[in-house]
Amino acid sequence: MAPPPRANPPTRAKRRFLRPSVIPGFGLAFGYTLTCLGLIVLLPLAALVTRASGLGLSGIWEVATDPRVASALRVSFGVSLLAALTASVFGFLIAWVLTRYRFPGRKIVDAVVDLPFALPTAVAGIALAALYAPNGLVGAQLARIGIEAAYTPVGIYIAMVFIGLPFAVRTVQPLIAEIDKEIEEASATLGAGRVHTLVRVVLPPLIPAVLTGFALAFARGVGEYGSIIFIAGNLPYVSEIAPLLIVIKLSEYDYGGACAIATLMLGISFLTLLAINLIQAWSRRRFGYV
Amino acid sequence: MSETPSRTTGRTRRHAVLLGAGLAAAVLAPTLACAQTELLNVSYDPTRELYREINAAFSEAWKAKTGETVTVRAAHGGSGSQARTVIDGIPADVVTLGIPSDIDAISRISKKIPADWRTKLPNQGLPYTSTVVFLVRKGNPKAVKDWGDLVKPDIKVITPNPKTSAGGRWNFLAAWGYAYEKEGKNADKANAFVGEVYKNVPVLDTGARGSTVTFAQRGLGDVLPTWENEAYLVFEEFGRDKFDVVVPPTSIYAEPPVALVDANVDKKGTRKQAEAYLQFLYSDQAQAIFAKHHYRPLNRAAAKPEDLAQLPELKLFKIEDLQGDWDAIQKKNFDNGGLFDQLSKAGR
Repeated sequence: MAPPPRANPPTRAKRRFLRPSVIPGFGLAFGYTLTCLGLIVLLPLAALVTRASGLGLSGIWEVATDPRVASALRVSFGVSLLAALTASVFGFLIAWVLTRYRFPGRKIVDAVVDLPFALPTAVAGIALAALYAPNGLVGAQLARIGIEAAYTPVGIYIAMVFIGLPFAVRTVQPLIAEIDKEIEEASATLGAGRVHTLVRVVLPPLIPAVLTGFALAFARGVGEYGSIIFIAGNLPYVSEIAPLLIVIKLSEYDYGGACAIATLMLGISFLTLLAINLIQAWSRRRFGYV
Repeated sequence: MSETPSRTTGRTRRHAVLLGAGLAAAVLAPTLACAQTELLNVSYDPTRELYREINAAFSEAWKAKTGETVTVRAAHGGSGSQARTVIDGIPADVVTLGIPSDIDAISRISKKIPADWRTKLPNQGLPYTSTVVFLVRKGNPKAVKDWGDLVKPDIKVITPNPKTSAGGRWNFLAAWGYAYEKEGKNADKANAFVGEVYKNVPVLDTGARGSTVTFAQRGLGDVLPTWENEAYLVFEEFGRDKFDVVVPPTSIYAEPPVALVDANVDKKGTRKQAEAYLQFLYSDQAQAIFAKHHYRPLNRAAAKPEDLAQLPELKLFKIEDLQGDWDAIQKKNFDNGGLFDQLSKAGR
């Protein structure tokens, strides 16, 4: 029974903020990183928060506790979590099959996985809506067993799984490719059963990557607007997503309110991603790197 | 150690900046070169086909009259978001939007249009008007004849979100006005009626075109209240064998107004051409084109009789007569916490 490989804690403890490195150019690289991060990521976000802060904390709180905003945030984050979970499970399976097995057409299937990345989201939305509408190919079958897919929260879920799936596949795939066959063989020769090998030897090192894929799919789902709008139904309190509410606020010329919702989304997303990163760090410590 | 590399990046970055500036100039130069003779008409969604024809006709007429070549470009989108692009700085010379409150918003927020814009052109800036009619499935299986039928329990109504769509707002106001007149001018009953209508709405698209697609292509719903011109467009595009147009006995006098964007034309020096363009909309030639595209022309005498025959007589009411001026209408119904918000809160 091989214990899972562990990272060596001593190196971690010895790490300092800046240690002389054999690779030169830290100053240059660091400056470049800060500039890029500042210009491309932090500046727009700061502008957003500044605009929202015009409302004051009480104003933001008022927006946050508005039942319609609360319900839209619940739909957005709730459905994204479910969709990211689904995408992670099925993404893992797809990644496993694509790396572990050789079959004709594998390269083509592999390329198809990336399509949701490349497709303009509106196109994806229209295609999904056409497919899952009550008169669509899949929607008609679902309607027969009493499931309404398009124009309900189920539609939002379908769109989010679709756009999140490539993230889940592509983050896990390289790690699966790197697992040494020998480890599994060693596990087997030491007497572990198949399930035991899978659960204790093969899966643990993959968990950080699965989490990364999950986080990416989740973040993408939360922010998605284009494809969802065509399939969601957009009914207040039922199938209205937070990004749509932002667009609605904008068409009321309520820039402050729109920025307040955006800031709330930003805050919730940041906390969620932070939590996922912490779990990831924990699982790295627990299960080690591959 | 960091001395040399940072000089390199400095140079590279300067090069990059120069390259970017050069690219931007290359893109902008042609625009600037012909800015003198190009007008931008920022319009709402269903007028694409209309203004393509109007703009070509104006260019020709202007060339014949002055010898100057003026091209008019049109930008289309949801009326509210188009108003926002003008507020945010798109150099529109004229706006032709779906509802007066959107031009009011430009005037109020950006001051690019004077507050009394409605007095500058004939008929309060309305070269044409329109109304809301019903598009139903062929043969009208649910027998939708009038606004009152929209609240029947087995009817599904497809209409866009009035928050994001001018067409959606006209539908909302039309339903309200119908009930108000019918219930003996009782505003509470009219509010309740509109609430009942929106309980029958399974999908709220963000724009009129979105609703059209939901109704016509996805096969959802029994009735699509929509712009008269949009109904006939669907009728012609998607097939007369699939749909019928039902004209209710009463409907709303829908006012898609036009206005000059004063601040922009003065900055661009295009006031003369832009004013002429707006005047052209009232000419016999343009009036005939409006009627051809199923808009109701101001001057019926200018339109072809066969086009007028497509615009049936019905009783039209003005929402201003029932609810007051546009500031009040917008505030009462569509602003944050207005009637639509209250109804969707109550209806959940």
